[in-house]
Amino acid sequence: MSDTDYSLAELCIAAGAECFRDEGEVMITVIGLVPRIAGSIAKASFNPGLMMTDGEYFLVSEPVPVGPRDGYEPKKEGIMNYERVFDIVSRGQRHCFVGPVQIDRFGQMNISVIGDYAAPKASLLGARGYPGNSINNRNSMFVPSHTTRAFVEGEVDMVCSAGYNPERYPDGKVGKYVDLRRIVTNLCVMDFGGKDNAIRVISLHPGVSFEEVQDNTGFELERIDGLAETTAPTAEQLALIAKFDPHNQRATVFRGNPPGRRAS
Amino acid sequence: MSTLDKTASLAELAGEVRNGMTLGIAGWGARRKPMAFIRELLKTDVKDLTVVSYGGADVGMLASAGKIRKLIFAFVSLDAIPLEAHFRRARQAGEFEVMELDEGMFQDGLKAAAKRLPFMPTRAGIGTDIVRLSPQLKYIQSPYEDGETLIAMPALNLDLAVAHVNEADRQGNSWIAGPDPFFDEWFCRAAERSFLTAERIVETSAFDDPAKTVRMPIERSLVERVAEARFGAHPSSCSPDYGFDLAHLKAYSDATGEAWAGYRGEFVDGVDLDSYVEKVGGPDAISCLPMPVF
Repeated sequence: MSDTDYSLAELCIAAGAECFRDEGEVMITVIGLVPRIAGSIAKASFNPGLMMTDGEYFLVSEPVPVGPRDGYEPKKEGIMNYERVFDIVSRGQRHCFVGPVQIDRFGQMNISVIGDYAAPKASLLGARGYPGNSINNRNSMFVPSHTTRAFVEGEVDMVCSAGYNPERYPDGKVGKYVDLRRIVTNLCVMDFGGKDNAIRVISLHPGVSFEEVQDNTGFELERIDGLAETTAPTAEQLALIAKFDPHNQRATVFRGNPPGRRAS
Repeated sequence: MSTLDKTASLAELAGEVRNGMTLGIAGWGARRKPMAFIRELLKTDVKDLTVVSYGGADVGMLASAGKIRKLIFAFVSLDAIPLEAHFRRARQAGEFEVMELDEGMFQDGLKAAAKRLPFMPTRAGIGTDIVRLSPQLKYIQSPYEDGETLIAMPALNLDLAVAHVNEADRQGNSWIAGPDPFFDEWFCRAAERSFLTAERIVETSAFDDPAKTVRMPIERSLVERVAEARFGAHPSSCSPDYGFDLAHLKAYSDATGEAWAGYRGEFVDGVDLDSYVEKVGGPDAISCLPMPVF
């Protein structure tokens, strides 16, 4: 297999798995296809201590493949009803990998409404568990379309999740358990390691320039010294990705299923 | 010997709802919602409800029927169809007030009411617009050395809670067969009065089974009325009896705005539960609806 033989979706999945490399024995909540497969390969390779569910009620001892099960039975190791989920959230033993609609420079996320709150232009899901997850747990994000509509200028339309804006806090200090980790997009990988937790680019997907990322972001980005390419998925990772996505649903994440390494 | 018989019809349950009540609806999203009760409520002229729900089509239908004055929620979703079309339409039109909460603090509000406390302290909501948009949410400072500022999530005191269970007896004992009881117990504890609808009304002896008793979170003293409603959660799921009806949920989702009258006419107005079950495919078809796979 040549090192160019992987898709952009597979690159994002492998980069997403890295969100969980340094986690201990925590529950990961992986919303959406790329986070779900990313968590699955992390658990199946370098971090078997991660706890996952079948996407429904049960903790499982091995990740459940996405899509139709074709006779596969999830291997249960416990129950994870919603009340228990909230107990885990309060204790801080969870890492959520989620797909917000908007993110701002403070890492604040929005999935509730676009536009005016009283009569919004678009009503979405509601804040769901974002407020509690963000004030208590680690969070990472996947954004399939890196644009200024997703990475907004100013603050997001409704701040559903707590971030690194001290002015949002009653005592002027960012919450002690707020811990935003990584953002994986179709262009790059970012973290919150800049000045005062500013968002910075830590790797660029092959063929993407920092300028292209900056042009598609509504606020100023930092970059790490020696900014390099996002690490390509290994052959072992590609095999695991195929195992946990047997129906190749990952081919539908990006229009046209582009390669991970852009044609030059 | 006197007997305790709490059984009633769906229409009798709906007839107990008054204008302006705070109504808690148990279940979660598109799962185990007391939908037969909701359709019965749609037939009444009750209005101005404050609805408290982890919302699905229950909220959507009440919204399209114009019965909601205020919605207390963390989300409204049909799970497999993430955005609830009826809720969206009404929310975008600003048809009702909202109190938007975090899913966990919503639970804390129910638990505060259940314990007859004014509030429960929580961190959820700090640093977000949740606090700015709901002025009734107040900060509280820990009286201990840490001095941490928290949110005092106010008790969600309900006038009435309604839950759908797999089995109940005439006295209000009940069994939730699915693996997740959601927050049904806490809705009932937070409420002045609670009604159950049940797939089956059974003899009390049906519960003389230790494997069943661990899934009986609602003690009968919480329950005022019980109505049998076979397939009463449809189109939401009632694990393990049936999964949600995705085709019906899609048709329902398409029936917003002017199309709502058509949906109502076909599935709600003048339609009793037996006719409804036939219209949506009959008992065998509902029983075969697969459990969702995510």
